[in-house]
Amino acid sequence: MKNKWFISLMVLSMILFLAGCGKSSSNTSGGESSVLNGGAGEKATELSYWTFVELHGQHFEKMLEKWNAANPDRQIKLNVTVMPYDDMHNKLSIAVQTGVGAPDIADIELGKFPDFLAGDPQLEPLNDVAEPYKGTVVQSQLDLYSKNGNIYGLSTHVGATVAFYNTEILEQAGVDYKSIVTWEDFKKAGIQVYEKTGKYMGTADTSATWQASLLLAQQNSDFTDADGKPQVNTPEMIRALTMLKDLQDNNVIATIAGGQPDTEEAYGEFNSGNYATAFMPLWQMSRYTNYMKDLSGKIAIAPLPVLEKGMHRSYGGGGTGTVVTKTAKDVQLAKDFIAYAKLSLDANIEIWNTLGFDPINMSVWDMKEVTHNPDNQFVKYFVNNPFDVLNEIREEINLIKSTSASPTINNVLCTVTLNEIFEDGKDIQKALDDAQTQIEQELK
Amino acid sequence: MIKNFLYSQKVAPYVFVLPFVLVFIIFWIYPLLSSFGMSFQKVTLGQEAHFIGADNYTKLMGDTIFFKAVRNSAVYMLLTLVILIPFPMLFAVLINNKAMWAREFFKSAFFFPALTSVVVAGTIFRLMFGEMEGSLINSILGVFGVEPVKFLKGQTTGFIALVALATWRWMGVNMLYFLSGLKNIPDDYYEAASIDGASAFQRFTRITVPLLKPTTIYVLTISIYAGLAMFIESMMLWNGNNSPKNIGLTIVGYLYRQGIEKNNLGYAAAVGIVLLLITMVINLTQLAFSGMFKKEED
Repeated sequence: MKNKWFISLMVLSMILFLAGCGKSSSNTSGGESSVLNGGAGEKATELSYWTFVELHGQHFEKMLEKWNAANPDRQIKLNVTVMPYDDMHNKLSIAVQTGVGAPDIADIELGKFPDFLAGDPQLEPLNDVAEPYKGTVVQSQLDLYSKNGNIYGLSTHVGATVAFYNTEILEQAGVDYKSIVTWEDFKKAGIQVYEKTGKYMGTADTSATWQASLLLAQQNSDFTDADGKPQVNTPEMIRALTMLKDLQDNNVIATIAGGQPDTEEAYGEFNSGNYATAFMPLWQMSRYTNYMKDLSGKIAIAPLPVLEKGMHRSYGGGGTGTVVTKTAKDVQLAKDFIAYAKLSLDANIEIWNTLGFDPINMSVWDMKEVTHNPDNQFVKYFVNNPFDVLNEIREEINLIKSTSASPTINNVLCTVTLNEIFEDGKDIQKALDDAQTQIEQELK
Repeated sequence: MIKNFLYSQKVAPYVFVLPFVLVFIIFWIYPLLSSFGMSFQKVTLGQEAHFIGADNYTKLMGDTIFFKAVRNSAVYMLLTLVILIPFPMLFAVLINNKAMWAREFFKSAFFFPALTSVVVAGTIFRLMFGEMEGSLINSILGVFGVEPVKFLKGQTTGFIALVALATWRWMGVNMLYFLSGLKNIPDDYYEAASIDGASAFQRFTRITVPLLKPTTIYVLTISIYAGLAMFIESMMLWNGNNSPKNIGLTIVGYLYRQGIEKNNLGYAAAVGIVLLLITMVINLTQLAFSGMFKKEED
């Protein structure tokens, strides 16, 4: 009797195994797919689109409806597949380069973009469709996704980096965020916050380079030199990390679960009010409204502190380039559509409305009725209006270059170096020298 | 003619092994030779591969991250051997003992984790070993007044989580191997031994352990291979292939990073060939020592 029971258990387990296999092999793309109709008729062309950010799909949905209404003879159905970040980029790079299984349209994150431009890019140049919009959008955002004068990706946002302050915590400690101008001010405020509330003023990021980048940008420096060669042990980099380490030693900032503000674990930590500040590109706003609902009405946006007064107070961080692959079903249609969905004035207004990003068509920044629309979820959520801050710093947004060395630099800093410095207290000069050696070795 | 062919004693065996041989050639020999060739090339997808001699191997010899990965894989393998051979054997003996209470329950309870997907298990272990105060392990430690530990950021603590995951998942499978081995040991031996006055411990060391040797060798061989080839567990536990300071990077993880994440398939092929060599050397030595290549003497 007992034996029988055991045998049936084994049979059951085998069936489960087989069922498991069947499922994984049929679901080849591994992500969630859905077909957006956007009011398209029967003759519409179906285009596939891969992204790693669910929200980007929502934006395309809105733009698709407008496109289909305006172009009845060139209607599109969009098959959207959302996959996790690493998965999507890995699958896309194999698909694009082997020429099999690639989507028509895809999102590629800035940090991964140089990989796709290596050698002979297997992406369609977008110069002809971007041309009409030149002059209306920020030129540096077009250059960011270009190679040898060809534009291969259409940018989503400027990504101006700002400070997000939790005013509730700051008020408890008697700190006014508006008075913070330099990092020295930030340190004083942070010490006060820690003494009064026991909470940390900010994070010491170990798995992202936002902080290192913004401090380099303030000093007009970069991770790579003019020729695109890596340089991570420069005096500017040492100054930046020494300053951050000093903040950590004074309990102003501390490492956070997840390693940086834009992770699931960190959303939880911020939401429960354990950290008062995040220094992030403006798109972090959408993380607040989506994942940190408890902080509604408590978060204020302000320009970044600087090392010395007069330094530039922001830099464009992160970004996504939308591309058309060489294997696309209808290349011209795909190109026209993404130009419409990313570069047109309408698109730029929607990018703010739906995604809460700072659009690359800066004339939107001046449209009071759009930026100060009282019904907008982002306007409602934050203490002050983000565009008041953006317009204050609009001439101060520096850029960190993305070169073929960037993915390797990022990988070494985010897995090894920043952890050594902030978790293990390794000597900064030594850690950065090691990083430089490692990066050069890997790029050989 | 066909009948003659099928009934021929000489041909039939080859016909029967043909499917295996075909699968072996197509899915094993061919990829092996092709990656051996690739390991001497610079391969970038979508572009012509070109021959670069032993450059990939010389670069590999100076690659500290690769050695870190080898060390991680080796330590992981040793730890799983130390835990996942003696303990499953012990539990199998206990469960096989007729005096044991709720034997069937324990049998299935131990086996159940093997049915879960590594992806699910890895994700749950990641949450359990989270660094926040509220994560399961830290809140248990908190009861004893221990400060929250950042498990997945330290080498030792990270490995505790990794080995805990492996133990939880594979204990039951190895136990089943040993149980089936135990079923083959006749009860007469134990009876005879107890009549001669052997204690339970003596019966275990003198009868059970030696007679389980074939099973043990089998479990040892697959554990060595599984330990060195581990990848998904680490990938799920650290939510990606890039663990802090590479504490969870394995040889296969490094192969994946170079080949898939960095599009450097030639270099990744060299990593794969080195992994094959390491695994073969360890396993062949181990099999030779345990006498598997001797002719059976009966």
